[in-house]
Order: sequence, then C-alpha cells, then structure tokens
Amino acid sequence: MVRLSQSIFPRQNNCCRLRVENLRFLVNGPYSFVLKEEECVGLSGRSGIGKTQLLRAVTDLIPHTGQLLLDGVSIGSFSAPMWRSRVTMIPAEPLWWYNSVGDHFSTDISTESSREKFAAVGFAEDILQWQVSRLSTGEKQRLALIRGLCNSPSVVLLDEPCSSLDGYHTTLVETFVLDYLHRNKASLLWVSHDLDQLQRLSDRVLCMEKNALIEKTV
Amino acid sequence: MDVISLSALDLGIAAMFVCVLSLLSLLLSLGLEWKILIFSCRMTVQLLLIGVVLRFLFADSSLVMVALMSMIMLLAAGREVLARQNIRLKGVAGYVIGTGAMFISSFSVSFLALVVIIGVEPWYTPQYAIPLLGMLLGNTMTGVSLALDRMTDQFHKERFVVEQRLLLGQTWQEASSDIRRDSMRTGMVPIINSMAAAGLVSLPGMMTGQILGGTPPIEAVKYQILIMFLIASGTGFGVISAIWMAGYRLFDKRHRLCLEYLTSYNR
Repeated sequence: MVRLSQSIFPRQNNCCRLRVENLRFLVNGPYSFVLKEEECVGLSGRSGIGKTQLLRAVTDLIPHTGQLLLDGVSIGSFSAPMWRSRVTMIPAEPLWWYNSVGDHFSTDISTESSREKFAAVGFAEDILQWQVSRLSTGEKQRLALIRGLCNSPSVVLLDEPCSSLDGYHTTLVETFVLDYLHRNKASLLWVSHDLDQLQRLSDRVLCMEKNALIEKTV
Repeated sequence: MDVISLSALDLGIAAMFVCVLSLLSLLLSLGLEWKILIFSCRMTVQLLLIGVVLRFLFADSSLVMVALMSMIMLLAAGREVLARQNIRLKGVAGYVIGTGAMFISSFSVSFLALVVIIGVEPWYTPQYAIPLLGMLLGNTMTGVSLALDRMTDQFHKERFVVEQRLLLGQTWQEASSDIRRDSMRTGMVPIINSMAAAGLVSLPGMMTGQILGGTPPIEAVKYQILIMFLIASGTGFGVISAIWMAGYRLFDKRHRLCLEYLTSYNR
C-alpha cells in the first residue's frame, strides 16, 4: 500500500494545529483527538454513528461542550464566522444557491494560482461561466472542494469528498488536497468508508464508536 | 344621495352565493366547504359586533376606550398572523414578533397620519383613528403573515444551503440574505399589486364606501390615495421589522441556525 502523503511530501514537524478535548454533542461523545500541522487523519465508522455530526460540532454548526483549540487558542476567542473560515468542512453533498458557478466564489479567482486550482481537479478555464444546472454530481463535488478552500483554512474537514468521483478524478482530488495540506501547513480530517483510501492517504486512521475514537493501525 | 339601506333579505341573497361556492368546493373535493361556511359566519358576527362597539365608541370618544379598542385589534391581528403560518416560531416569540412588527408599523404610521396629515382634534377621534388603524392593521397583517410564512418555510427547506454558506465563513446575515430578501418581497407584493390595480381595475373599499355615503368622488379619491400610501408604508415597515426580528430569533450568538425554534403546525 502506497502512502501518498508520505511518499510525495516529507513530514516537517509535529506542531499541534487543532486540539479537540471531551467534545460532546447531541447524545454523542466525549471525543478527543488532535490534528497536527501537515497531518492527514482518516476517520471511518459505520453509517449513522455520527461522523458528519462530529464535523458539524467541530465547525461550531451545532451546540457542543468540551474544548476546541486552534493553534492553542480556544474557540471562544474567535467569532463564529472567523472560526469557520479557519476550520472548515467540505460537505459530502455540496449545495449551490446561485445559477452561475462563478457567483459562488467570493474571493478573487482570476489569479494564476486560482486557475491552477481549477485545472488541478480537472476543470477547463471557462468553468466559472457555467450554469450550475449543467454540472454533474462529481463536478459539483470537485468544485465544492475549491470553494471550501478559497478562504485558505488551517483545518479542513472532508466528508467523503470522493464519494461521487471516478478513479481518475479521485486521484486528482487526493493529490490536490494533499498538495494544499503541505503548501499551507494545514491539517486534514478525511472521512471515508473506503479504508484503502484512508490507508493510502492518512498518517493515522481513527474509527468512530458511539463514545470514543479508536486509533487503527495503518 | 341617501344611502340605500340593506335588508336582511339582501344580505341573505349575497350569502347564497357563498353557499353555492361552498357546494362547489364539496363537489370539486377542495376541502374548503366548512372553512368557507365557518369563516363567513365568523365574519358576519365580527362585523355586527364591531358595528355595535363602534356606535358605543363614537358616543364616548375617550383616549382610554380608543386605546383599549386598538389593543384588542392588535392582539387579534397578532393571533391571526401566527395562525396563518404553517411552520411558525415556537413559544411566545412567534406571537411577539408578528404583533410587535404590526405595533411598530401600523401604530406609528397611524399616529403620524392622524397628527401630521389629517390633523383631526383630538388626534384620537375614534371616527378617524379606528377605521384608519383597522385598514392599516388588516393590510400589515396580510403582509407580515405572508412574509413570515415564506421565511420559516424557506429556512426549513433550505437549511442545508444556509449551513453551507455559514461554513464558508459567512455571517448569519449573509447566509440568510437571499431568504430574508425573498420573504420581504413576498410580504410586500400584495400591496404593490393593489397600488398598481387601484383605479384601473379595482375601486378600493374605503373610496367606494365614501362615494356610496355621498362624499364627492374627488374627496373620496384623495382620502383613498392617502390610505394607499399609509398602507404601503405601514406594510413595508411591518414586513421588514418582522423579518429582521425573526432572523435574529432563528440564529444564536455563534451564528448557528436554530431550527428547534420552529414548529410544524397546520391550521
């Protein structure tokens, strides 16, 4: 099994980026884990166990208790929009609210680096002029990834980001995301039911149970 | 010209049309037959009662009585706003927001119109204050209930869109801007349409009443123009304030959409 993250990008340091301690939400928890700088952590678990809810709690979308620290600073020190700009989640089923693709991107996307991002996940330059209704499910998923990374978040929580993609585009997305991880010294939590993918990409894999996260040996 | 007095038989003939409509509803399985009959009876009783109350009120035109009557009208309108929403805000908040919005808009616009424009002495003269407030409350009620119904329904259906916009670092105001804007438009459309059709298609009720009562048409038209301006501004202010208050209620301090404040309710 090739571990893409280690084979392409050498590990640089072990600085803790996100610390989650005794996180409780709805009837789940407590959960504790850390995401280090430039670390990709996989998260698996049976359907309905609460993986997406865990991501929603970490992004402060649902009420929760426990400690959440970004670079050692508590969530309470951030406004909610600021926290979500720094700790973001890419949903499994991305939604679109304007007719045109370009209207969904608030930051400057005319730069060379922005064009590179679209090309990296397999899009032509005119993608921003497309109507959303023309997009396939897989195209929406790849575009949502770029949309979510526009704010350059430090922590990215990916909820099954390749669930609608073929093998070719899955590889493109994996490479793109890991490239982002290392260029921005970010941290990733990658949720997937595909254990092969998690083993290929992750430094560690956590298995979610009702009240605990159990580390699996990669 | 004297007003032709209507007999009970005249009203009975008009009521027959409603009975035919109710029968049609039954034949077409619209499920509205009982509602048509019940609300027709309710409307008749309400109007007969207000006729008696107004006669008493006009005889004793004290500020306390006018204020009491206005409060009863406001509270009834607040209840009606709440009842017209399929999905509504839970608890007293739903009632307070609708009633508060109508109080802010209808009362302030009525007060200013009575004091500044009409200039009647005293300003709370019931012959002017009560009909004016009634027309404003009636139209604001329709606008506010349509807007709030649209807003709660949209938040219920589009909650994941709102969440995904929040995930992009948007504030609750940004994430809900489209829904709130759309709801405000929905609330204001009826009065804008009324203004567009007034005089061309429809002759508004108050003007028709004044003309039937013997007022010269030009005077009746001037009053109707004034009323249309007041209703439009009152409805607009009411709709905007109701949507703002409901928006604040549906998000917490951490900019989370709190759908647990909504309840599903079918009249």
